[in-house]
Amino acid sequence: MKRIWNPGIQELCRSILFFSCFLGFQIFNSSAFPAEKIVIGSKKFTESYVLGEIAKRTLNDAGIPAEHRQGMGGTIILWEALRTGQIDAYPEYTGTIAEEILKNRLRSRREPRDAEGQRESVDERDRVNQSTSPAKMREALAKSGVGMTASLGFNNTYALVMRRDKAQSLGLLKISDLRNHPELKIGLTHEFLDRQDGWRPLVARYQLNPRSVIGIDHALGYAALKNGSIDVKDAYSTDAKIVQYDLVTLEDDSQFFPRYDAIFLYRLALPGSTIAALRKLEGTLNEQKMIRLNATAERTKDYTRAASLYFGDAARSTSPGGGESFSHKLARWTSRHLELAGFSLLLSVIVGVPLGIWASRGGAIGQVILGFTGVVQTIPSLALLALLVPLPFFGISARTAIAALFLYGLLPIVRNTATGLQDIPRSLRESAIALGLEPGARLRKIFLPIASRSILGGIKTSAVINVGTATLAALIGAGGLGEPILSGLNLNDHVTILQGAIPAAVLALLVQGLFDLLDRVLIPKGLRL
Amino acid sequence: MSALVQLTDVSKRYDGAAALQPTDLSIERGKTTVLIGPSGCGKSTLLRLMIRLIEPDSGTIEFDGAPITPDKIDLLRRRIGYVIQEGGLFPHLTARANVLLMARHLRKPESESRQRLAELCVLTRFSENLLGHYPVELSGGQRQRVSLMRALMLSPELLLLDEPLGALDPLVRAALQKDLKEIFARLQQTALLVTHDLAEAAYLGHEIVLMNEGRIVQRGSIVDLREKPASSFVTEFINAQRSLAVI
Repeated sequence: MKRIWNPGIQELCRSILFFSCFLGFQIFNSSAFPAEKIVIGSKKFTESYVLGEIAKRTLNDAGIPAEHRQGMGGTIILWEALRTGQIDAYPEYTGTIAEEILKNRLRSRREPRDAEGQRESVDERDRVNQSTSPAKMREALAKSGVGMTASLGFNNTYALVMRRDKAQSLGLLKISDLRNHPELKIGLTHEFLDRQDGWRPLVARYQLNPRSVIGIDHALGYAALKNGSIDVKDAYSTDAKIVQYDLVTLEDDSQFFPRYDAIFLYRLALPGSTIAALRKLEGTLNEQKMIRLNATAERTKDYTRAASLYFGDAARSTSPGGGESFSHKLARWTSRHLELAGFSLLLSVIVGVPLGIWASRGGAIGQVILGFTGVVQTIPSLALLALLVPLPFFGISARTAIAALFLYGLLPIVRNTATGLQDIPRSLRESAIALGLEPGARLRKIFLPIASRSILGGIKTSAVINVGTATLAALIGAGGLGEPILSGLNLNDHVTILQGAIPAAVLALLVQGLFDLLDRVLIPKGLRL
Repeated sequence: MSALVQLTDVSKRYDGAAALQPTDLSIERGKTTVLIGPSGCGKSTLLRLMIRLIEPDSGTIEFDGAPITPDKIDLLRRRIGYVIQEGGLFPHLTARANVLLMARHLRKPESESRQRLAELCVLTRFSENLLGHYPVELSGGQRQRVSLMRALMLSPELLLLDEPLGALDPLVRAALQKDLKEIFARLQQTALLVTHDLAEAAYLGHEIVLMNEGRIVQRGSIVDLREKPASSFVTEFINAQRSLAVI
C-alpha cells in the first residue's frame, strides 16, 4: 500500500502544481496587464451596462482601444476602482455623487455633529444638495484625481412605483398618499434602504408609517411587484420596466428626490483625446431615448445592440460578445469558473494543510489559526469582496475573487486536517515514535495517511463551497458562471439565470463525484475496510 | 556482565502528583524482567521513560553504558522493540508493511528483510498467507503476533512489552504466553514486560519487580516474593491474585 500511496500522491501533486502554475500565469496575464486599454466600468443595472457600452463604442470609434467591465458592483466598488486607477471611467449620477461619494467631504466642512448621518434633519439635507453645484462637485472630485462630464442629457432620479391597477383601486397618485395606507408592503433595494437620500429621510419628509418594509434585489423586486408580494418599490425613472410592467410612478409632491443627471466620471490622468471623446456624449441622450435603449437591452438581452441604437445603427449586433454562440459562451464561463474555483482551492490546500498540521499541535498558536480561519468564514462573501477591492494588489480582478475563495476554502481544510491528526489514537502516535521514525517521517508515512480521509473530506467541502461561491466573482467582473446569473437577475430573465445556475450545479455535482473517486485512490485501502 | 539498562534516581511527576518516586533499577542482559503491580503503580511510566515517550524529571537512564540523550533518541529507539496492549499496528498498512516499515525506512536490502520476515513468521507462528491483510482483517491474537514481529524486526537489544496480552481472551492469551516464553528463550532476548497478572509474571519472568504507589516494593523470584515478602503489601498482592485464581 505504501508504494502505491507515495508515488501516486507525488505525481498528482506535481501535475496539480504544474496545472495551477499555468492557470495562475494565465490569470495574471489576463487581468493584471490589460494591454493599456481604456477600461470602462459599469454598475450592476441595465442602464449602466448600456451607458458603458456606448462609452466603449465612442472611444473605439475615436480610435482609442477600450474595454467594458460589465456590472462590477455598486457605487462604492466602482468609485474605489476609479480612484485607484483600476478602471478609467464609469457612468454615474450627480445625486449619487453628492449623497454617497462626496458625503463626508461636503459634510465635514459644515458641522461635526452631522457625521451622525442618518439623524440629520431634512432641511439640512436640502442644504447639502443645494450646496453641491456642479462646479463644487468638480472641485471636490478633482481632489481624488477624478473629473466629471456635463450631463448626458437626462435625469434618472429615484421614483416609487406601483402596479397601475393597485394604485388606481386605492386612488394613489402621490407619495404623500402613502401616508393613509400604512398596510402597503414596501420592497426596496438594499442600496436605497441605506442611502443618505434614500428611504429613511424620505419617510421622515413624508411622515410615512409603513408596517412592512423589506430589502429585495432590484430585478427580483419587479417580479415581486407583479405577483403582489410587494405593493411599492423604488425604481429609476428611466427604467424600461416601468413601461414593460405597466407601472405608475408616484409623484414626488414634496420634491424629495434630488436630481440624478447622468454623467461620466473619469480619471483626470487620462489623455486629453480620451476625455474629449467621452465629453462628446454630453447632452446627447434624453429620458425617452434612454428608456428606449433600456427597453431594447432588456428585450434583446444584448447591451451592445442597445448601445448601437444610440449610434443610429440598425438594431444589429456588432460586438463579438453579442455574436458569440451559446456553447462558446458556456465554455468561456465554465473554464473561467473552474480556473477561479480550482486555483483558489489549490491555494487553500497548499496553505491549509500545513496550517492544519500546525493547529493540530494545539496550544495558543493552534487556537489562533482555528480562530482566524473561523472568523474569515463568518464574513459575508459580498463583504469580503468589497473589503478586498480597495487593496492595491487586488482591485477589480480575478485575483480578488481567488483571494476571497481561497480564504473561504481554508477553514474546512484546516479544521479537518487538525481534527484528523488529533483523532489519531495515542497508541498509534506513540508506536510511531517508539519505532524510531523521525518527526518528518512520522507525519509523512503514518499520521497524514491515517488522517487522509478527514483531510480529503475537508478538501471536498472546500471544493464544493468554492464552485458554488465562485458565482459571486461576477460581481466584481471576474467572470465565471455568475456572469449569466447576474445579468439574468438584472434582466429578470429566468432562462439567462438558468444558463449559469444549471452548469454551476452540475459542476458542483461533478466535483463531488470526482472527489468520491479520489477518495478511492488516495485513502489507503486499510482505512476503507 | 553489566546491565543493559541502568536507571539511577529516576523520578516522574504528572501535574504535581508523583507517578514515579526516585527509583533505581537495572535490566540484566538475556533475562526477562517483569514489572508488576496494581493500576497506577508507575510500572508503565517506567517503561515509557526507557523509550523516552516521556522525559524524566530527575535521574539518569543509561543504555548499554551510555546515557540517553535527546539528540540521538531515534537511533536508540531503533535498538529497542516496543509492543503495547492494542498492538499499535498502523491501520493503513498491511501486516507485512507494518513489520517492514522501519527496515524499508532505513533502506535495508529488501531480500534480507524478506528473509527476516519469513523467520519471524515461523518464530511467532504467524501464517505468511496473512501478511497481505490489514490490521482490521486480523484477530486480536494475530495482531499481537504482527506487533511482536514488528518489534523484533531490527533484532533489538531490548524488547519492551506493555501489557501485550491484556486485551486477549484467556485461550489466546495462554497460547501467546507459551510462545513468548519460547521466543525469549530462543533469542536470548533481553525483555521487560509489564503486566498486572501474577501468574503471567511468574510464568515469563526470570525476575519480578513488584511496584506500588510509584516505588519498587520488592524484586526477586516468585518464590522470594511468596516466602520472604518485604512488606505486608507484597503478601496482600499475592493473596489477592491467588484467591482470584481459586475462585
